[in-house]
Amino acid sequence: MIQLSHTDLALAALLVLALALSSMRIYPGIARQLLVAALRTAIQLTLVGLVLKALFANSNLLWVTLISLLMLLIAGREVMARQHRRFAGRWGYSIGVVSMFVSSFTVALFALLVVVGNEPWYQPQYAIPLLGMLLGNTMNGIALALDRLTQSAWEQRAVIEARLMLGHSAQEAMTDIRQQVFRSGLIPIINAMAAAGIVSLPGMMTGQILAGAEPVEAVKYQILIMFLIAGGAGFGTMAAVHLGVRRLFDARQRLRLDRLQR
Amino acid sequence: MSLFEVSHLSRSGLSDISFSLDPGELVCLSGPSGSGKTLLLRALADLDVSAGRVCLGAVSREQVPPAEWRRRVAYLPAESRWWAPLVGDHFPDAQPAMFSQLGFGEEVAGWRVERLSSGERQRLALARLLANEPEVLLLDEPTANLDPVNTGKVESIVRAWLQAHRAACLWVTHDQAQTARIADRVLVLDSHGLLEAAA
Repeated sequence: MIQLSHTDLALAALLVLALALSSMRIYPGIARQLLVAALRTAIQLTLVGLVLKALFANSNLLWVTLISLLMLLIAGREVMARQHRRFAGRWGYSIGVVSMFVSSFTVALFALLVVVGNEPWYQPQYAIPLLGMLLGNTMNGIALALDRLTQSAWEQRAVIEARLMLGHSAQEAMTDIRQQVFRSGLIPIINAMAAAGIVSLPGMMTGQILAGAEPVEAVKYQILIMFLIAGGAGFGTMAAVHLGVRRLFDARQRLRLDRLQR
Repeated sequence: MSLFEVSHLSRSGLSDISFSLDPGELVCLSGPSGSGKTLLLRALADLDVSAGRVCLGAVSREQVPPAEWRRRVAYLPAESRWWAPLVGDHFPDAQPAMFSQLGFGEEVAGWRVERLSSGERQRLALARLLANEPEVLLLDEPTANLDPVNTGKVESIVRAWLQAHRAACLWVTHDQAQTARIADRVLVLDSHGLLEAAA
């Protein structure tokens, strides 16, 4: 395996820098965001590398649990930040966190206990990257779905209420929107699975191969991860849509847009 | 006994509204714009939160599931909304009788919503509402965009419905001539509240 030097990474960083500089004049806002995001990647991943190194050295269930929860809470914050019109108050945060917890943690436990079957099952070298992949993708699905849900409810208020006026239940009135919302949460993973290997080589597999793994073994892990992500993101999105729709209506099935921010 | 009884209804923008409707009665509601006529109708259909007592016959609204309440106390907003491509998709079952009463043939179920004229839209929105067999009609300027012919059609359909089903209707209108034509009683909503107008 070829070790990457800091100079190698710095060369790659030049690419981002060049992009930021050349877009500075026409798209100043994006250039700034791009640089901040690139910087965050470098810092966050370096820190995570150090944390993982320390964690791998002693597999301790308590530490794995703590790190997992921390990851969950940060993912929850990220879901909230990506909402244009999020639910006001603690709901804005908790719908995302609860849905991610229910789906990602269940799927990760399933993968570790049943599929991988390591000894001990919480061995951080498997548990943390697996959960990270699951959380990241579930977070995307849930953020997209919740954003679409609140935005659609806001924009299509008149249609939703027209159906309520005609005696439809809240669930019936939301039928069409639910379809689109669930679809928007699942589209990334559906596209990724459909294009995997043909149009794109998935990042995890590529990383493994670059790091010297046997391609067929890397592929098997990639397929496993894809299926786990589909399950995690799918059930997470389902839970988030369910909770979100419930929160949009009250006990008398009135559409409560006052529960959204702004 | 009155069919629909509202006592001390309050919500944001309105306070302490009381009135009642008798079976078969058509009551016109007028008042300056911004006085809260639409807010009142929305509260009565339980689309917005409100305090106070609203009863249909012997039952108060809390005792009726929300979807059923809105079928029985039916609100027709000033502008109708359609969510599916075909007219027929908006009706729970085939309603040939209702279509013909409103001057449409059975083929109307297959019409595309975007091709409807405003008059057709308004009449079909009313048909869609009446298909639920409501006991109280809350109509928000139902003829505002209609020519005299279509206005006359809507007025007579509602009249016929009230007589046939012993239903009651609260009809928001600014048109004095229309009020004189159709109203059994007139209520006026202004900044002081709801008042019965002299006959």
